[in-house]
Amino acid sequence: MNIRPDPTFHASPKLAMEAPPESFAYTVLLSPDASKPDALAVIDVKPGSSSYGQIVHTVTMPNKGDEFHHFGWNACSSALSPLTGHAFLERRYLIIPGMRSSRIYIVDTKPDPTKAAIHKIIEPEEIFRKTGYSRPHTVHCGPEGIYISTLGGSGKDGTDGPPGVFIMDCETFEVLGRWELDRGSQQLHYDFWWNLPRDYMVTSEWALPPQFENGIVPEDLLSNKYGHRIHFWDLRARRNVQTIDLGANHQMALEVRPAHDPVREYGFLGVVVDTTNLEGSIWTWWREGGKFHIEKTATIPPEPAAKEQLPPLLQGFGAVPPLVSDIDLSMDDKFLYVACWGTGEMRQYNVNEPRRPKLAGSVRIGGIARRTPHPNGKAFAGGPQMVEISRDGKRVYWTNSLYSTWDDQFYPDGVPGAMVMANAKPDGGLELASNYWVNFPDGYRAHQIRLDGGDCSTDSFCYPSV
Amino acid sequence: MSAADWTPVWLWLAVIASGLYHGVNPGMGWPLAVSAGLMERSPRALVAALGPLTAGHLLAMLLVLLPFALLVAIVEWQRTIQIGASVLVVAFGLFRLANRRHPRVLARISPAQLGLWSFAVALAHGAALMLVPIYLGLCRQAELDGGHAAAGTLINANLGMAVLVATVHAIAMVAAGGVCAWLAYRYLGLQFISQSWFNLDTTWAVSLILVGAVALVFNLS
Repeated sequence: MNIRPDPTFHASPKLAMEAPPESFAYTVLLSPDASKPDALAVIDVKPGSSSYGQIVHTVTMPNKGDEFHHFGWNACSSALSPLTGHAFLERRYLIIPGMRSSRIYIVDTKPDPTKAAIHKIIEPEEIFRKTGYSRPHTVHCGPEGIYISTLGGSGKDGTDGPPGVFIMDCETFEVLGRWELDRGSQQLHYDFWWNLPRDYMVTSEWALPPQFENGIVPEDLLSNKYGHRIHFWDLRARRNVQTIDLGANHQMALEVRPAHDPVREYGFLGVVVDTTNLEGSIWTWWREGGKFHIEKTATIPPEPAAKEQLPPLLQGFGAVPPLVSDIDLSMDDKFLYVACWGTGEMRQYNVNEPRRPKLAGSVRIGGIARRTPHPNGKAFAGGPQMVEISRDGKRVYWTNSLYSTWDDQFYPDGVPGAMVMANAKPDGGLELASNYWVNFPDGYRAHQIRLDGGDCSTDSFCYPSV
Repeated sequence: MSAADWTPVWLWLAVIASGLYHGVNPGMGWPLAVSAGLMERSPRALVAALGPLTAGHLLAMLLVLLPFALLVAIVEWQRTIQIGASVLVVAFGLFRLANRRHPRVLARISPAQLGLWSFAVALAHGAALMLVPIYLGLCRQAELDGGHAAAGTLINANLGMAVLVATVHAIAMVAAGGVCAWLAYRYLGLQFISQSWFNLDTTWAVSLILVGAVALVFNLS
């Protein structure tokens, strides 16, 4: 416990933007064939440093086959609400779930990120026993501690009961139990986030474990059996208050990105693919008159490609779907970044008018058919995937792997880990930095990125920007 | 004036000082008033949020003080009750010192229920308990001044004193918290929230122990 609030806690998004920029990035590494243990790479991102863009430390886990994907901090700016009683926590521990093993690692990043080490390991049995959930995924710190979403229920293949969110104590990291009291019709899970002062949570749907663990199931996708609904919840009452179906053809509703400024009662949702036309889409949800609403506000078309450029999975379609796999909203809620993992494009939308996103910038790199190299000449396998924006909105980092078995289906030639960075111009426009390219150890793929001092998909705020 | 004459003055100052202390502590809620003002874009919303925060605090004070108002009327047990109350405050301080966890149930209260939250947080952290020895001291002073009275009169006097102590404390609290909220809202900006926040858990626990211990010494002497 600190004597003063952690200097990386900020009352408003504006204060978070004005704080010193990031010095380190944390990126999770996964061994796709489970031949090596997964790891956490600590990368120097301080411009001018002699080890700029290099891995300066690696935390290697003691187990194999965890499959790292998303992860998060034990505490963030949300601790500055007197309601939570968490004002003196430190932003110190990274909570890293193994999505395949259901094991969770707690990594201590102090006293120095270059000496980060495992603090605690929570074995899968504890999670199964206390929550009835499996396959932990997204991590957020909030009013009741650490919230972790899961993709599976209980049982060997995770289909015995629905997946959901569970709570972990933010000081002892003890698993406390299920979050939901009334889940309504929710049966699938993926991402979640919230508006804290307005007291609501938003959750999305991917699929059940048999639909993703051994690869995408084309028959299930074409018969619209992946998730296509969004759920709105009363956060403190832990109750599902509204579910909206996007239409069954909108398959895989993944990342939920609410506006950071809590006075703004809207947010975005990315949908991977429309099975009627292979489009990817961006949806805007908002609350009005006590009810939630959502509409499709941007679409991204597929790109035709010759059969020989396509993996077997896509040959029948003669086109590459954009595959919107991740979206991220800048801290000032002005720009939405959309990763098109299939076509190999990072799009930047101006969302000043949230229900009318305007394409403001774009960077091409990788892609199933295009295979655009990095400006430094190196090949970028896969496509832009997990994206993270610096708090000041000037730098956008991303990696290239989606998920072990899916990588192999869409990019059969392999997806060696890569992490790049693009500079964003204040009024829109995006350009890859030719001097930022992280070399990862052979045999590893790179997934989610976290920035020290917080980033745009970590911190939630209890006070508006003024 | 003699030393004895000064005693009630010091006790009332203690009531006010504890109110100011609770008021300026961000953990007791003034940042929530700032948030309300900014969310509604209206200084009125800030003032409106101070209402339930104060009411909750006041109710918590009354809930703890009123049973003692009835108990101390039983004149032959008065000393026992005063010693018991002092021991209780010391014990709670020791408990807070040993157990730093914030009760998780507080995080279940909706941000819309500021009054309930303020009530619960004042009880949970022993803010109300801290007033008990001061209050009992004031009751004793009043009794010394007024001489022995019938039990019914005494109860009425004690109840009146409890309401007065709780009200004075709550007014001091809302004045201090309101000034902090207004300063942050109008002049100092949101940085003031984290700048003014100190981890007083240890100080708080020690204050409880001290107040209880001083009262105990007075009562035993």
